[in-house]
Amino acid sequence: MELTGAEIFVRALQDEGVEIIFGYPGGAVLHIYDALYKQDKVEHILTRHEQGATHAADGYARSTGKPGVVIVTSGPGATNAVTGIATAYMDSIPMVVFTGQVPTHLIGNDAFQEADNIGITRPCVKHNFLVQDVNELAQTIKKAFYVASTGRPGPVVVDIPKDVTAQKAEYHYPEKISMRSYNPVQVGHAGQIKRAVKLMLGARRPMIYTGGGVILGNAAESLTELARALDYPVTNTLMGLGGYPATDPQFVGMLGMHGTYEANMAMHHCDVLIAIGARFDDRVTGNIEKFCPTAKIVHVDIDPSSISKNVKVDVPIVGCVDKVLKAMLKVLKEGKGQPDAAAIKEWWQQIDEWRSKDCLKYDRDSEQIKPQFVVDTFYKVSNGDAYVTSDVGQHQMWAAQYYLFDKPRRWINSGGLGTMGFGLPAAMGVQLAHRDAMVACVTGEGSIQMCIQELSTCLQYHLPIKIINLNNRYLGMVRQWQEFFYQGRYAMSYMESLPDFVKLAESYGHVGMLIDKREDVQPALEEAMQLKDRLVFMDFITDQTENVYPMIPAGGGQNEMILV
Amino acid sequence: MRHIISILMENEAGALSRVAGLFSARGYNIESLTVAPTEDPSLSRMTLVTRGTDEIIEQITKQLNKLIDVVKLMDMTEGPHIEREMMLVKVNTEGNRREELKRDADIFRGRIIDVTDETYTIELTGAGTKLDAFLETLDPEVIVEVVRSGVSGIARGDRALRI
Ligand SMILES: Cc1ncc(C[n+]2csc(CCOP(=O)(O)OP(=O)(O)O)c2C)c(N)n1
Repeated sequence: MELTGAEIFVRALQDEGVEIIFGYPGGAVLHIYDALYKQDKVEHILTRHEQGATHAADGYARSTGKPGVVIVTSGPGATNAVTGIATAYMDSIPMVVFTGQVPTHLIGNDAFQEADNIGITRPCVKHNFLVQDVNELAQTIKKAFYVASTGRPGPVVVDIPKDVTAQKAEYHYPEKISMRSYNPVQVGHAGQIKRAVKLMLGARRPMIYTGGGVILGNAAESLTELARALDYPVTNTLMGLGGYPATDPQFVGMLGMHGTYEANMAMHHCDVLIAIGARFDDRVTGNIEKFCPTAKIVHVDIDPSSISKNVKVDVPIVGCVDKVLKAMLKVLKEGKGQPDAAAIKEWWQQIDEWRSKDCLKYDRDSEQIKPQFVVDTFYKVSNGDAYVTSDVGQHQMWAAQYYLFDKPRRWINSGGLGTMGFGLPAAMGVQLAHRDAMVACVTGEGSIQMCIQELSTCLQYHLPIKIINLNNRYLGMVRQWQEFFYQGRYAMSYMESLPDFVKLAESYGHVGMLIDKREDVQPALEEAMQLKDRLVFMDFITDQTENVYPMIPAGGGQNEMILV
Repeated sequence: MRHIISILMENEAGALSRVAGLFSARGYNIESLTVAPTEDPSLSRMTLVTRGTDEIIEQITKQLNKLIDVVKLMDMTEGPHIEREMMLVKVNTEGNRREELKRDADIFRGRIIDVTDETYTIELTGAGTKLDAFLETLDPEVIVEVVRSGVSGIARGDRALRI
């Protein structure tokens, strides 16, 4: 039987197993919305802005591992989605974004609501497709999901002209697809894995440094097993938190610009660095000239172009991180080699000495509400078991530093692009994927206003997110840089004319709380957690000039941290 | 160093802009770029001349390979290869220059393929350096127009870029 393009679209999503699609309607996608209306297998979530839709799909993907799916209309719908697409691209998040397009005969005519979606999104997608023939629609959708979710994942855009959604074709959804131009590597090179293990066992001051690849590649268990078998210290990047249990003694904290002193010092002094699913980002390495001066480096990554991009490595291994880690474990178990226990013991003594600096200390007795104290307290009252999304700024760093993630896919933030406005919509995606879970968004009064409209979506779909607004009345991270590097010239970093967030939350139909006394912090968090089926907006009036420490200043090496 | 990279890619709309976009986004330079369909209509072959350190060339080939439309590629410069470029030059023959221009063209094995009262059009094929040398022998005054095709390359011997 022949189906219209719009019906094919919906059937393909169903056959792909898509349960939720985030979107916003408009002229070019009305046939598709009509087809969505007539079925109930795929639930459509109406956000209040296309950026919200993309971040929500992204949060869904990050917390489940399944691709997030989005539909937006042509022109402004698509351009509004670009920030979310770029955010997902920078963090390698699997996502399929369908954009409406003007009818094929009008493409290139500057038609109403026409934009070159393929051209605009090309630099921030893993791949994109323009569907020109309804007979290719089903297969293109299959390809889009395949490309988005295999290899190094990423967003894929499928641009669908309106006439294609009206034309008819036989529906056939391919079970499997292969593409001659796309064959992601799976297993690592056996010889390289042996060489790596040999190098690792010879280490006297080893360091395991892991990134988002461990989360995306579902390799947290294998990583934990390997690290424990070796008794080597582990550090995670901002994107990699939860890849190794943060409460484990072998965990030395996050590394990088606002990482712990012990993690960065251990990086600087290590003799063998084992980098897994990480990409030597500039926020991690600090000054690249001074990076790990004495280390031989093993680098495991699924993307060959990540290897030796920023830092030359000694033993590169291209492959799926989980498979490579399992292969390493096998080599370890079969071989006779053992780590150098005496050297490792000495190394741990050194690391513990660095640790004793207690680099994350803050004034716990302060009269004012310290932002660190809020996150710390939330960690305790939620038993460390919440999904935590964040926006971008100081609050993001405090959330990463003080909430200890023991499990992967619990910490959801825009690490690569650093997109303010990400936190709330991402939390919606997480909550929709995990209806009964505790989902919190740690944010700032600047960031939350970038996608505040999504409070309305939260009401419509009963999403009981707990918003923890660390309100310092400043674009805090900007203010911190101005204090340190611009002699306190606070250009445009003061957030004036703030709304009354309590009333704002209430007007959206939610619960608002204002917390301006230290002793109210814990009771407020506890009360919010009791309100299981309500969204609670907690506006914490925090110490206005608190800074994020420790810090590697721009141009500094990992051993040149500024401490409190 | 100068590298000639040959790429087989899906003959899809937009494939060329993906390559061009990659080079501009990552700040790699392109000296020349040619693209045309192959004997297999589903494939295009692109030849790209670029310059960079070994590290940059390694990144370029990795990034190109990462493009979903790229099926296969080869860095011609890694082995013996033949490089050819075609050039059409229109020259002004006024002032008793015909004889001399004909001789110059012959020396470089060029062919005169069009003649008017005032002009010759000369066709010349060879490595880029040969084309450069020919242009240098000409008095700049006589050159009316120069068209170069960009480089094509093929490996010598059994080495071949095919799927
Ligand atoms: C969309 C966007 N615009 C600008 C920035 C630059 N930026 C980074 S952090 C920051 C301040 C964030 O302020 P707030 O959300 O109040 O958080 P705080 O740093 O105070 O915790 C800004 C403006 C950004 N990351 N994203």
